[in-house]
Amino acid sequence: MINLPSTVKISLRALRVNKMRSALTMLGIIIGVAAVITMLAVGKGASNKISEQIATVGSNLIIVIPGSTTTGGIRLGSGATQNLTRADADAIKNECSAVSTTAPILNGGAQIVYGNQNWATVVYGTDESMVVVRDWTLATGRNFSDQEIRSAAKVCILGQTVVDNLFGNDDPINKAIRIKKVPFTVIGVLESKGQSMMGQDQDDVIYVPVSAAQRNLFGRTHPGTVRSIMVKAKSTEDLERAETQIKELLRQRHRLGPKQDDDFTVRNLTQMMQMAEQASRVMALLLAAIAGVSLLVGGIGIMNIMLVSVTERTREIGIRMAVGAKSWDIRTQFIIEALILSLIGGLIGVLLGILAAELLSFFAEWTILISTYSIVLSFCFSGLVGIFFGFYPAYKASLMNPIDALRHE
Amino acid sequence: MALIETSQMEKKYEVGDSIVHALDKVSLQISSGEFVAVMGPSGSGKSTFMNVIGCLDEPTAGRYLLDGIDVSQMDRDALAEIRNEKIGFVFQGFNLLSRTTALENVEVPLLYSKSIPKNRKDMAREALKLLGLEDRQQHHPNQLSGGQQQRVAIARALVNNAPLLLADEPTGNLDTKTSIEIMELFVRLNEEKKITIVLVTHEPDISTFSKRIIRFLDGKIVSDKENRS
Repeated sequence: MINLPSTVKISLRALRVNKMRSALTMLGIIIGVAAVITMLAVGKGASNKISEQIATVGSNLIIVIPGSTTTGGIRLGSGATQNLTRADADAIKNECSAVSTTAPILNGGAQIVYGNQNWATVVYGTDESMVVVRDWTLATGRNFSDQEIRSAAKVCILGQTVVDNLFGNDDPINKAIRIKKVPFTVIGVLESKGQSMMGQDQDDVIYVPVSAAQRNLFGRTHPGTVRSIMVKAKSTEDLERAETQIKELLRQRHRLGPKQDDDFTVRNLTQMMQMAEQASRVMALLLAAIAGVSLLVGGIGIMNIMLVSVTERTREIGIRMAVGAKSWDIRTQFIIEALILSLIGGLIGVLLGILAAELLSFFAEWTILISTYSIVLSFCFSGLVGIFFGFYPAYKASLMNPIDALRHE
Repeated sequence: MALIETSQMEKKYEVGDSIVHALDKVSLQISSGEFVAVMGPSGSGKSTFMNVIGCLDEPTAGRYLLDGIDVSQMDRDALAEIRNEKIGFVFQGFNLLSRTTALENVEVPLLYSKSIPKNRKDMAREALKLLGLEDRQQHHPNQLSGGQQQRVAIARALVNNAPLLLADEPTGNLDTKTSIEIMELFVRLNEEKKITIVLVTHEPDISTFSKRIIRFLDGKIVSDKENRS
């Protein structure tokens, strides 16, 4: 049996005698643990933020917008033509097997009035699928009905920001607001989503039936055209297949020859965000490699110092053996010493890592997330490093011959 | 009953091609309560003898019974336990842990006992008091004189109530006056506490304090007689 408190005391005393040496030995562990903490905090923060944004924008999302056209050698920007129609949206929904549903979008800015309040926002003409495509939840009220879309009913669903600005604390359901002086009845309110990845307020939005938008708000020369089409693929795995299918279908529908460019653009929003997530994962992996190397170097440093310490204290080992210390007692003493060294290093590393992460979040405004799990993990790992690299020196010490050890100068 | 009993005990070393007989068929008995001086020139085997009976070294042949226990075939850890329970060591160079107070030095053997006594601080304090060092408990070895350091070492040897005290040239690093003080202390411990003392020395003056003198030469006992001086 070994007396733990006195062993710890002996170890602490031995480490205190060589303060500088102990501190330098800990440095490797400190840097390693701090790197692990910072890496996990930044990595977890970034991936959390990204998945949060994926969730608010809507999962498995593809957006189709009109492409650029060239008129007499002059290339117009993307979205310059109006060659996407509601029929395209329906065709994508019905004919592409990888697509779950689609929602047409015909949008424009408008001034909205309710009572003596008014507010400028973007009005989206769409259909009942929008709620599904963008993963919205209705806070109160209901979604559009099929009938309302077909009959161009003057009804609308409001985002939370619009409600706050127009109604304050009043219940907006069944109230009439005027959009571009046209009265619309509020039938639903959307649950708040907050800011998008680009910092846009996603709740500053009004949805109306696409037919009503066309007839009463944003009259177009070509009836049935829409600004863009939002598509929801069946699953993340289906995204690429959906993209190909949409391209094929639209080329066919727009009667484009094999040598003609697409007159539309298909953008995969989820993929873009997944790329961002992957980038942050690569970054985290890089930091993990640094942390691993640093912990390894730190461990070797501990082993080195413990070997020096064992040689220096040969006489002490001899004395202890002479008065009755068994191999196990000596081994435990040196392992505990290595363990204390690495755990103190680990503790300082944890604190330094948290500090570094907080500084990053404060000055670079990175999203960080320090989890208890990462602290416990890195602390325990530093302890393991201490035990692992402390074992050989401790083993060496325990095998000494007491007579030779006592004679050692 | 004999505290120490050796029969035909041998210790051989191989040095290059030749074999050195550090101990050559040593047979002797030391009873409980004796005060024995072991003498001989360097290389006579007296140090090897001390190491073997102190369970720091194992004999290559023969038998050694310590307090009735055959220790000649024990492994390292079992020997460590025997040392802890039966033997107190006093060395020429004191061999105290520097950076550690007198009290903690005396406490060390108790930390390796089979069951660590709860009142070990009191036990250590008691041992220091017996040697007149009660006001030096918190001193480090380098703050103590040679005689005081040796007394701390003796307190450490006594703290476990071991029946056997082995002293290897305990006065080798001390001046004459202090040497006499330490030797008088051994005589007192032997007479009052009935502790068996085996002491290695090459100084005839020191050996006069003992009751029995054993002389070694070339690994053999050449004389073993009572001390009548």
